[in-house]
Amino acid sequence: MVTLFGLVLLTLLVVTAVAIVITPNLFVAVMLMSIFSLLMAATFFILDAADVALTEAAIGAGMSTILFLSALALLAEREQRSPGRKWLPIAVVALTTLTLIYATFDKPRLGDPSAPVHQHVAPWYLEQSPVLMEMSNVVTAVLAGFRAYDTLGEVLVILTAGLGVMLILANGRPERSRQGSAPVAGGLRHHLVPRVVGQLLIPFIVLFGLYLQFHGEFGPGGGFQAGAIIAVGIVLHSLLEGEAAGRAILPTRVLVGLMTGGALLFCAVGIAGMLLGGNFLDYAVLAVDPVAGQQLGIHLVEAGVGITVTSTLVAAFHAFADREPAA
Amino acid sequence: MKLFGLYNYWVFALLLMIGLYAVIAKRNLVKKLLGLSIFQSAVFLLYISMAKVEGGTAPIIQHAGEPQVFSNPLPHVLILTAIVVGISTIALGLAVVVRIREEYGTIEENEIQARDRDR
Repeated sequence: MVTLFGLVLLTLLVVTAVAIVITPNLFVAVMLMSIFSLLMAATFFILDAADVALTEAAIGAGMSTILFLSALALLAEREQRSPGRKWLPIAVVALTTLTLIYATFDKPRLGDPSAPVHQHVAPWYLEQSPVLMEMSNVVTAVLAGFRAYDTLGEVLVILTAGLGVMLILANGRPERSRQGSAPVAGGLRHHLVPRVVGQLLIPFIVLFGLYLQFHGEFGPGGGFQAGAIIAVGIVLHSLLEGEAAGRAILPTRVLVGLMTGGALLFCAVGIAGMLLGGNFLDYAVLAVDPVAGQQLGIHLVEAGVGITVTSTLVAAFHAFADREPAA
Repeated sequence: MKLFGLYNYWVFALLLMIGLYAVIAKRNLVKKLLGLSIFQSAVFLLYISMAKVEGGTAPIIQHAGEPQVFSNPLPHVLILTAIVVGISTIALGLAVVVRIREEYGTIEENEIQARDRDR
């Protein structure tokens, strides 16, 4: 039954993707992209990736749709029909698809436990995370513990991209009077139903985000998922109450401080490990008991990740929402 | 179900190429970014499909010591972070598109090139 459901979901994914490419209306394409992400999240869940499904649902169906829509408010909504002569790209794409599908016949079947990918380090991770860190969620243990170096790099990429968005869209236009001219300046204040329902949801969204942040060691969750969900809650507040009200609770200066602060907290945990005689990002030396040290390190690192992800996503949204549409 | 054992990978190939088509054949810059998102999601699907173990469950150990089958946690970690990195880079791309629109008045690739030639 679940297998059948999975097959239907995968087929729907292909249909949605084709529709996204075909439709000339960009607004429709963005809404379809949101559906695509939701289908993708369900597929991930069926494939046992609870943490990934959470992230994809919050980021793909929530945050990414908001960012695309706030960018579309500054752009044209319709795509121009380009004249024919599409045979070359179609031929290239069709040929590559056939090659890729031919290549899949060498791959192990879905769920094959003897596939090479399951023979390398994964069994060790599954065996050692309950012993070394006393953590149930192996994904969190690998993310913030065993492969923290990787995660640090990714947090820095997120930070850089967020700062890039702010710098590109801020150029020489300081925060001036934006009453009513920016696309979402007024918010949905005059729409009673979305406003009341939205306001009711915000505390629960943020609470759920905090739960994921602090419970990430024992169930699905962690800094990335929590950051994305809390950011969606904050952005929802800005959408409902207007850009100025959203700005007022988190000014740009605070956001930049949080973005860099989270990444610096991550680095600081690594350096603290070095000062205490271990390697960079070695948590075992952070406390007398190595297991407690590991847990402390992972908590701090996840907090840094959560802070950076939340503030980067909120800052990116504000950067688009603040921009006035070109004449 | 042996017959469908590779279906995930076929869908991966199709999605990847649908995304690539949008990137190379569409002239609208937002459409290209949407294509890039599809392309990216296809890669995520490939990784998560490879992590699945028959009869397994999400890699969250409830009762240590009991023999249980878990799916591979490593691809989950890689894709989890990649999704968040993906949205940041897409946001950066959108920011560039917004600036292009302000400078050129259009986001259609051929019109931008025509305007560049006129300069």
